[in-house]
Amino acid sequence: MPMRRWGCNMVAITNSEVETEEVGEHFGTQIPDGSVVALYGELGSGKTAFVRGMARGMGIDCLVNSPTFTIVNEYLGKRNLFHFDMYRLGGADELYDIGWEDYLGRRGVCAVEWSENVSGAFEGDEYAVRFEKLGDSSRRITIEGGNQSC
Amino acid sequence: MLILSIESSCDETAVALVEDGRKVLTDQIFSQADLHAIYGGVVPEIAARSHLEVISRLAERALQVAGVTRADIDAVAVTYAPGLIGAVLVGVNFAKSAAMALGVPLIPVHHVRGHIAANYLAYPELTPPFLCLAISGGNTMLVDVRDYCSMHILGQTRDDAAGECFDKSARVMGLPYPGGKPIDELSKRGDDHKYELPRPYVGQNPYDMSFSGLKTSVINIAHHCEQTGEELDKAGLAASLCRAVSESLVGRTMTAEKELGYKKLAVAGGVAANSRIRGDFQKAAQKAGYELFIPPLRLCGDNAAMIGAQGYYEFLEGHTADSGLNAYATMGL
Repeated sequence: MPMRRWGCNMVAITNSEVETEEVGEHFGTQIPDGSVVALYGELGSGKTAFVRGMARGMGIDCLVNSPTFTIVNEYLGKRNLFHFDMYRLGGADELYDIGWEDYLGRRGVCAVEWSENVSGAFEGDEYAVRFEKLGDSSRRITIEGGNQSC
Repeated sequence: MLILSIESSCDETAVALVEDGRKVLTDQIFSQADLHAIYGGVVPEIAARSHLEVISRLAERALQVAGVTRADIDAVAVTYAPGLIGAVLVGVNFAKSAAMALGVPLIPVHHVRGHIAANYLAYPELTPPFLCLAISGGNTMLVDVRDYCSMHILGQTRDDAAGECFDKSARVMGLPYPGGKPIDELSKRGDDHKYELPRPYVGQNPYDMSFSGLKTSVINIAHHCEQTGEELDKAGLAASLCRAVSESLVGRTMTAEKELGYKKLAVAGGVAANSRIRGDFQKAAQKAGYELFIPPLRLCGDNAAMIGAQGYYEFLEGHTADSGLNAYATMGL
């Protein structure tokens, strides 16, 4: 069982998609390779926008769009970001069927939308990012866990 | 030249036999959509396993229906990107084995190029160059088709695909998956001005599109109704959504067509089946004097005939592969 060291714990309130991207961008500059980022939140709560910001923060110049259809988008640059969407998956077993371990072995950052659908697949050292809708366009974003402060 | 073509990148397992890129001898489709409806979406493991179970029998049936023998096949074409990797791999491995066993060339085909080529099957007179809007569950792209195998993406969605916007809105409205058809049906009974929905412009490229904000607006409207107890006018919301999506697509496409100076305009992909979008394109094209090409419904969804059509032109360009061919989840056009 991996030990959870002191990690990240922060809360941000955003009032637009652009601000959500900015929080993601800051997070992207801090996050080390090999990290798993589990994203939780309902439809339209800003998960993809956050990942778009993360990519920018990681210095990846790539179009970041929704991976709902393809399940995984790969953004390759100086650093690599693997953008998963578990929206259409039924459980953790299916995450392994799509090659989850291969992606972990590639030493990039794995950002996983709809992590609710694959609970149990993570080892306890992931960052958990939760999105709550406060209004039509305002969101509370809570980031916890991981091995490194952010 | 007779091409055996294979498509397995998402819901459908499909096998076709196409002659010279234009003539369909047979077009076999096995849809997993019913299976997936239970889960509210595509479940990759089930998708891959189910492709595996039917692909071989489907190929046998294709030969039987077309009345051709294995010896008549001149090449094997297959979708190798993009899609659900496990599902695409089933088709790619089947095609590799078939090409090897038959001793014929193997032709890798990009799924979206296939959707564009569906127009060649429906319209024998259509030749590049033309502008094509490719709209499906996973893609939304405005493509300058300069030649059969030379394409340039003018703009694309910065977030959700148009079809995804329909699927996710349908889910919020309590409609079945895939959401395109039920929303289309419902919209015919609704007032398309009932709800005000955004038409977002994103970034510096005027041809780029965004459907995430539209999806969020639909969700917000549904939630407001839930919270206030006001009755949601589902037909009105469906009609307003179809109008918003259609206006986002048609406006940009017409501007691009004018700029390129082409007279031919094509629409491809599953979302082209939407009656509002078809109708709006017909009106706009007629007004501007453009020739409009939209494949019949059967060719709009995923199928293998379109892969056989594009495969023929890829072959003429020398785009073949050996048994080292891999499948890819994401790939540029």
